[in-house]
Formats: sequence, C-alpha cells, structure tokens
Amino acid sequence: MVYLTRKAEFSASHYYHNPDFTPEENQRIFGKCNNPNGHGHNYTLEVTVKGNVDPRSGFVVDLKQLKEILNREVLDAMDHRFLNKEVPEFAKRIPTTENLAITIWQRLAPKLEIAQLHRVRIYETPDLFVDFYGEE
Amino acid sequence: MKAHLTRRYMFSASHRLHNAEMSQEQNQATYGKCNNPYGHGHNYALEVTVSGPVDETTGMVCNLTDLDGFVERKILEHFDKQNLNVLPEFEREVPTTENLCTVIYDILQRGFSHAHLEKVRMEETMMNSFEYAGDGEIRH
Repeated sequence: MVYLTRKAEFSASHYYHNPDFTPEENQRIFGKCNNPNGHGHNYTLEVTVKGNVDPRSGFVVDLKQLKEILNREVLDAMDHRFLNKEVPEFAKRIPTTENLAITIWQRLAPKLEIAQLHRVRIYETPDLFVDFYGEE
Repeated sequence: MKAHLTRRYMFSASHRLHNAEMSQEQNQATYGKCNNPYGHGHNYALEVTVSGPVDETTGMVCNLTDLDGFVERKILEHFDKQNLNVLPEFEREVPTTENLCTVIYDILQRGFSHAHLEKVRMEETMMNSFEYAGDGEIRH
C-alpha cells in the first residue's frame, strides 16, 4: 500500500452562526467568528489517497484525474466563495474547519474510482488544521 | 462524525542535557554540545491533537477558546521563557524533547476534559520533531 498526498489552496469567507441559538449564545460560543458579514482564510487542503501501485503505470492514482476531481469538487465550488451562502452543504451545516473537512471528504470519496481516500486535512491557518478519516 | 483537530503553539525555553549519574566523559559522549554547562535555547513548536465527534449544533470537536485557554494557562505560562532544568518536572529527568513531549502530554491528559487527547507533537528545531500518544496509536 502506498499513500499519495496532493495539496491545493483556496481562499474563502465564512461565519459561524446557529439560528437555534440566541444572539447571546452565538456570541459566547463563536466569538468574533459570529460576525454576520463574515471573514476569510487562505485554506490549504491536503488530500491523501492510498492504494496498490499499478504495475503497468507505476501509479497509485492518476494525478491528472485526482487534480481534475479536486478542481471540480472543491476549488470550483469553494475558491473565492462565501461558504455559508454559496456552498449548498453549508446552508444548514456551520462551515467550521471540522465540517469543511467532512464536506470535502463527502464530495471526493464517491468520485475516486481507483485509489481509496485515506485522509482529508485542511489548514484554516498554519496554526490550526483538522483531519478527517471518514465515518468510523 | 469524528474529526481530529490540531492546534500549533510556540514557546521558547533553554535547557542543558546532563545526567548527574554519568561521568563527565559519558555526558559529553552522550549529549555533545547539548551538555554545555550554561545551556542553550530553542523555539519549540507544540502541536496538540484532540479528537471527538463534531457537535452538530456548533460544528466543533471542541471550542478552541477552551483549548487555547488551557494551553496558555497550564503549558505556555509554565514553560515559555524558562530554563527547563530548574522546573520541578525536570528535577530528576533530563529535559530532552522526548521527555518534554511526555510531560506536556501528561498535563493535557490530566487536565483537559473538553475532547479526547490524541497526541502531542513537538518540534525542537525545524529539523527534528517528536510525537507521543501515551498508550494510543499515532495516526498519520
């Protein structure tokens, strides 16, 4: 089994708000992230896939295909977007880094045909990242 | 759904690697320049990884303000700008980054209750790093 990681960067804005909470609860739990006009981050995404090396190609996965899937499912949908308003999953789900990792996993996993998705890592800043390994 | 969250912190401290039970030659042979009697310092990077189910109402494994507050009070205030050799934790143990890693893991394991502690990772310099997960497996 060989693991391969592909990196991508995108920039997006978001804010944290749960309509079931009172304004005070939202403020207490989410702090500055509750500002309704949003704020942004430069996200770094690392997608790790695993599989056996194909003896003919020498590849775990065709990087061109992986890049196309990443571009279509993640970058086209999220780069320079307001996550709360422009990515359907975040209409109801709060776009925290945790939920972003889960959402990206759910977008990528069904599209990968050969290699198996091992880990989605997303950095919100260089000091904060989340890893998601799928439903366990 | 379970996710792993990692937060990175920085602190600076000095240390000297020296074991009083070894001869001068043994200390020198074991620790080399790190045995210099006046000590030396590093900018340490500390990464704390916690895990747990993502709370559906907040979207979080744990609130970062709880983790940041705990690390600030119990770890950074204790170790930052200190000489590790004179701290009680290193009265008997050599303050290698291996031992620093386990000491910090134990502080978190004992006191941080908002999420499950997965591991502690420490960079002593950009060229070396250490990870400790107690009895747990380290997942990459």
